[in-house]
Amino acid sequence: MEILLAFLVGGLFAVGVYLMLRPHLIQFLIGFLVVGNAANLLIFTAGRLGSQFPPLIHSNGGVTQPIANPLPQALILTAIVIGFALAAFGIVLFFRAQQVLGTLNGEEMPEAFEPAPIPSLVDEPHDPTQPPQEQIPS
Amino acid sequence: MSWLIVLPLIIPLTTALLCLVVRYRRAQRYLSLVGALALLMAALTLLNQVGQRGISAVQISDWQAPFGITFVADHFSALMVVVTGIVALAVALYALAANDTGREALGYYALTNFLLVGVNGAFLTGDLFNLYVWFEVLLLSSFVLMVLGGDKAQLSGGVKYFAVSLLSSVLFLSAVGLLYGATGALNLADLATRIQEVPTGLLSALAMLFLVAFGLKAAVFPFFFWLPASYPAPPVMVSALFAGLLTKVGVYALIRVFTLLFTHETTFTHSIILWIAGLTLLLGVLSALAQGEIRRILSFQLVSHIGYMLMGLGILTPLALTGSVFYALNHMIIISALFLIAGLIYRLQGTGVLVSLGGLYRSHPWLAVLFLLPALSLAGIPPFSGFWAKLTLVTAGLQAEQYWIVAAALLVGLLTLLSMGIVFAEAFWKNPPPKSYKFTPGATGGWFALTLPIAGLVLLSVGIGLWAEPLLRLSQTAAQELLDPSQYIQAVLGVSR
Repeated sequence: MEILLAFLVGGLFAVGVYLMLRPHLIQFLIGFLVVGNAANLLIFTAGRLGSQFPPLIHSNGGVTQPIANPLPQALILTAIVIGFALAAFGIVLFFRAQQVLGTLNGEEMPEAFEPAPIPSLVDEPHDPTQPPQEQIPS
Repeated sequence: MSWLIVLPLIIPLTTALLCLVVRYRRAQRYLSLVGALALLMAALTLLNQVGQRGISAVQISDWQAPFGITFVADHFSALMVVVTGIVALAVALYALAANDTGREALGYYALTNFLLVGVNGAFLTGDLFNLYVWFEVLLLSSFVLMVLGGDKAQLSGGVKYFAVSLLSSVLFLSAVGLLYGATGALNLADLATRIQEVPTGLLSALAMLFLVAFGLKAAVFPFFFWLPASYPAPPVMVSALFAGLLTKVGVYALIRVFTLLFTHETTFTHSIILWIAGLTLLLGVLSALAQGEIRRILSFQLVSHIGYMLMGLGILTPLALTGSVFYALNHMIIISALFLIAGLIYRLQGTGVLVSLGGLYRSHPWLAVLFLLPALSLAGIPPFSGFWAKLTLVTAGLQAEQYWIVAAALLVGLLTLLSMGIVFAEAFWKNPPPKSYKFTPGATGGWFALTLPIAGLVLLSVGIGLWAEPLLRLSQTAAQELLDPSQYIQAVLGVSR
């Protein structure tokens, strides 16, 4: 069972990382969701699997052995919630980026403050009639 | 008394919640300021307590150590929290005059305080999974702060920052899961006692996974490209807060796990860290020299100087770690001050592009002094605070016979001086550009609130330079605690290893 899940996790990671490397932001987001699920499955597998009983204490105070490990599930639950929040924010961010920048291709997005050459290192004198490049107020 | 450790979390959380409830903007501003002041007070008290009683730990709701939620304050984390308080206070003061009503209405103050909750949580937590959760708290607040206002540059920088942070979060989560699978523990102290049972090869692989995950957050050599693409974009008060705090959280996490957990094969792991440190130093400063805009230059300088902190971690002697801790504290203060000054320059001349700047020394000599002092400190000129930090690291490197990293460190100091000198010559000394460039500054009032935090940070940095001993001594204690994990384990678990 662990071997099977290990291959599944590996496969999901491969697919997710491939998608995250694509320039298109929607593909990136889907890749993140896949990788996030792979990480959750990884924690689940790392917590040891097997045919076990739920970690519940009976009314007489005893437990039925062997009990399953409840901790990975608690961790995964937290990670799912965080991943959900991140994905939700990402969708809104990419939507706004598409509206303002007019593209969802990460490679076409402009660099913040394109580097301007240092005058002392440039042969041609700077043209004083040209206004400064960017005008975003601080 | 144990409440004291969680106070640096409770204070910004309360402030943030109050800022969400109180819709009156003026009230929010002063709430944020009072919150930052209270945070600094609480942090100083915490540092004092740690100094008197040694490492303190608190188990929330008395769930005993490996099972409950643990917060630990040793000298290193207490010092980081104190400097976080200082930076938060300076930025809150600056924001009094610099903030625009649009961003205030969108919840700037609540978000900065949530960010502080995440930062302090990451510094004080004693549990690896909780560290992940605190990282997410600070990341989500920083994402929103980064794009708040929705300028083109902000959105394009924000998308890159968001994407890289997601990748690093997933790697961190996977590394935590694998480490849990190998040891069955998540509490840092508990992990430190159990980690010897793990085979060395597996442990080294896990160490590399953590190195990549935290390295992405700390913006070190192969992973630093996102920082200069995103940090210059938001308003300067946000950049200053990010530059001062966020990468240092990554550095803190690296230093914590590579002193407490992964010390099994230092010839392998720590020499990789040393290589990364050297390449970060050199590539950061060389890239900074190629830039023509102040905030981009400062962003690359920020990347470059992360290398110094990793250099101490890579050498891993008491003196080297002292240098790392001292450097991190000193750098948080200086780089925030420099970013805030960049904001002032922007306000005065309407641009940060070097070719369009000039004549500021003639018109605002006090601003030139305020810029020059932290710039010299960044380059490591005596008697400023950066000098003592570099001196400690270089001495440690020479003692450990790591000559090439010492050479890199000294060369980078020189190149930093050149880079800061270019900024000074272009923005302050050069004749003002022709009239067509002249920009009428938007805000003429509020100069007091704008310069007071910068002057405070600069004075603090000069003060540390002139009276370096108290802080050096504290850093030394922090380094000793880091190198001897048994104290940490004793404080958390109540038993020695």
